[in-house]
Amino acid sequence: MDISLSHVEYRYQANTPFERLAIQDVSIDIPSGTYLALIGHTGSGKSTVLQHLNALLQPTDGMVKIGDNEIKAKQKNKNLKPVRQKVGIVFQFPEHQLFEETVEKDIIFGPLNFGVTEEEAKRRARVALKQVGLSEEILQKSPFDLSGGQMRRVAIAGVLAMEPEVIVLDEPTAGLDPRGRKEIMDMFYQLHQDRGLSTILVTHSMEDAARYADQIVIMQQGKVAKKGSPEEIFSSPVELVQMGLDVPEVVRFQLKVEEKMGMKLDRIYLSIDELSSAVSDFLSRGVRS
Amino acid sequence: MMEKMIFGRYVPADSVLHKMDPRSKLILIFLFVCIIFLANNVVTYALIGIYTFLMLGLSRIPIRFLYGGLKPVLWLVLFTLVLQLLFTKQGAVIFELGPVKIYEEGLRQGIFISLRFFFLILMTSLLTLTTTPIEITDGLETLLHPLKKVRFPVHEMALMMSISLRFIPTLMEETDKIMKAQIARGVEFASGPFKERIKAVIPLLIPLFVSSFKRAEELAIAMEARGYRGGEGRTKYRQLSWHMADSLQLMILVVLSVLLFLLRS
Repeated sequence: MDISLSHVEYRYQANTPFERLAIQDVSIDIPSGTYLALIGHTGSGKSTVLQHLNALLQPTDGMVKIGDNEIKAKQKNKNLKPVRQKVGIVFQFPEHQLFEETVEKDIIFGPLNFGVTEEEAKRRARVALKQVGLSEEILQKSPFDLSGGQMRRVAIAGVLAMEPEVIVLDEPTAGLDPRGRKEIMDMFYQLHQDRGLSTILVTHSMEDAARYADQIVIMQQGKVAKKGSPEEIFSSPVELVQMGLDVPEVVRFQLKVEEKMGMKLDRIYLSIDELSSAVSDFLSRGVRS
Repeated sequence: MMEKMIFGRYVPADSVLHKMDPRSKLILIFLFVCIIFLANNVVTYALIGIYTFLMLGLSRIPIRFLYGGLKPVLWLVLFTLVLQLLFTKQGAVIFELGPVKIYEEGLRQGIFISLRFFFLILMTSLLTLTTTPIEITDGLETLLHPLKKVRFPVHEMALMMSISLRFIPTLMEETDKIMKAQIARGVEFASGPFKERIKAVIPLLIPLFVSSFKRAEELAIAMEARGYRGGEGRTKYRQLSWHMADSLQLMILVVLSVLLFLLRS
């Protein structure tokens, strides 16, 4: 399902003394099947953009198009349920949304709300639980008896069981240990590839953006500061540093190597394997000549 | 979703009311609540009204904002008016429509009581709008200090109050967040049959309770880690200071009370 934002503006608490402009003139196209990373500082408007992706917020100006639904400013929107079923959002610290008596009941909560039969929902719960790397034994446990990491996975399973076409992730790995972090990120990437899901990842981590995304949007002070493929984005590392953003370790390493050896590789490499073969190529060529 | 709430909310501004000592503001409100019951005729109500709107002007709170926030309460005021109109049966009948009869006294009482209600709400909102929660509790703690003699736990009460006030915005934010998460999972809070809507509250309340308990425990640990051990011998960072303006405001209110006494029928 294609999503597009065109000239979206959002003001919090419009027409009060607390009015605050959160995002302004944001235009992003997310064709079906894209893996898009949304990067920016805290307060740059990432989360506000994210909430427009399934009409949790309605723009105060501009338009959001989700599939065939057009969400415009100053317009009553009816029946957003189909939209919400197709766009699943994993919020920051999703474990805070758990509430049911058992893990199973919590996972099937979403699907049941969207009119899936109980049997089908339970089947989906098993599949989703497996996807997030938990065993079926915990289905009948209370979610509040689980560890923090397990709770996070259950909450994610609850979103996956809705079988969305687009999945929106708001820093899904915040507060997890490095291993859990990688497992979860790999799992989402696998899903993205297997099911052709569109994935939108809001993150601070340049590493994740470089590793998984095929489109990157950088937000700054409520505006889109830069967008493009990872290669394009990271090809001007100096600019990124000026924006106060980090550069992936691999890129940093490449810059160091280039500086030390007084050379320039043909492009920016985003994985260690590619970079090492490029460097060794360069070196062997150097030896020959 | 809760953006329009103005109760207990502080609006920063540079006004006479904002600068007043919280103690004088608290005394002021307390006195105001007492003397408003002195008003019982057109002149006295007019006096109270003028005073209230004067204070409103001094506060520099935008009227439109205040109106937006008080709208739900205005319905309550209107409701009181209607109740009085329908159920006070004294004086001459001034209007009749089928079984509904409206009496002169009903109209009088209705207007007066709803006005009194309205002024009370306006003044008390002005207190919270122009005073930070921390100032209010500081003021209360100092004002109630004498009660310590009779073993009333003044400091603990003030602490409880400031903690709960402090966490209102946090709780609202949290509510908003969880609400959005559950809406994304297909819950409908704002539409659907009444029974469904009541049921929809459960996925909101349980996570809120869980996180509140967790937060309370974390707060207690953080306080102990920083050496909190009750009010005994505790000094204050913020010192309250009483200015000329505070005395003046109280004087004005005293004059108003005397006038009310003289002019009431």
